[in-house]
Amino acid sequence: MVTSVTNLGRSGLSDWLIQRVSAVVLLAYVIFLSYVLLACSPDYQEWKALFENTCMRIFSVAALLAIAMHAWIGLWSVSTDYLTERTLGGKATLLRLSFQAISAAVLFTYVVWGIQILWS
Amino acid sequence: MFQKVSAYNSARILNLLKCFNSNNKQIISCLECLFTSFEPPLGAMTSVIKTVNDKRPVNLDIGSIDLPITAYVSILHRISGVILVAGVAVLLWILDASLSSEESFNAIKAGAGSFLCKLIVWAVLSALIYHTVAGVKHLIMDLGIGESFEGGVAGSKIVIAVSVVLIALLGVCIW
Ligand code: HEM
Repeated sequence: MVTSVTNLGRSGLSDWLIQRVSAVVLLAYVIFLSYVLLACSPDYQEWKALFENTCMRIFSVAALLAIAMHAWIGLWSVSTDYLTERTLGGKATLLRLSFQAISAAVLFTYVVWGIQILWS
Repeated sequence: MFQKVSAYNSARILNLLKCFNSNNKQIISCLECLFTSFEPPLGAMTSVIKTVNDKRPVNLDIGSIDLPITAYVSILHRISGVILVAGVAVLLWILDASLSSEESFNAIKAGAGSFLCKLIVWAVLSALIYHTVAGVKHLIMDLGIGESFEGGVAGSKIVIAVSVVLIALLGVCIW
């Protein structure tokens, strides 16, 4: 079996599943927030109270982690499809690993920044 | 799969494809590569076909084929996903502003900001809408629903229709 060391779950099947599970979490979060904004039209106090609620914090952190995992798997697929020796020649491996390192740093920053927003 | 096809049958398949698809020679030569790598006896036959028509490109050149609607829906899902990775920064920034003070919350709610700001927000939320709608189609197909080519085409049309309506409504909301 060919394995890769840069993908999230060490196996394509597990990546596939994580991407589906995280997609469902994000779908639920997007639908919930759209509903709150469109149907309830909250004012500032209600909006702030919503994000201070413990259940909502759990939901929001779950969504943040889902974004990080989902986007990592997504960007990994994209980078291993296009940043290859066939398209870029000899420097491809270096470029692909740099792209992946920057992606990981950005996604990790999103998680920390998001937690900071929720608890400030 | 190809290993199970006998040399005789695969030669017939190739000939059938040649009749059906005389302008998609790339596909045929691609199939020929597969057949020749698995079927030594057929190798001799395809080399006969090749000398008749040896100007055919060896690779499957996607740019020279009419792609079905499913291909556009698929690549747009990928592009919108990559855009969203940057878009998440915009969304987090808006969330931060909306929670930090009543003034900034009301400013966002009232749709304040320059035309460019609104355009960026509209673009990010449009990418989110499209990616989500196409993502739901993806998940439905993962459940085994609509996996035929016709199902894929119908699903793609629904994805485009639903996204266009939602993105237009979003534009009305923002402006
Ligand atoms: C909000 C943040 C989101 C980001 C940043 C994001 C990003 C991405 C990226 C970069 C990809 C890779 C595209 C590819 O490989 O073709 C992807 C794939 C995917 N996304 Fe998202 N996405 C988000 C939300 C969602 C939502 C809400 C859904 C809901 C249904 C979803 C469903 C999917 C699915 C099913 C795939 C897999 C596509 C495949 O296997 O080809 N995503 N996403």
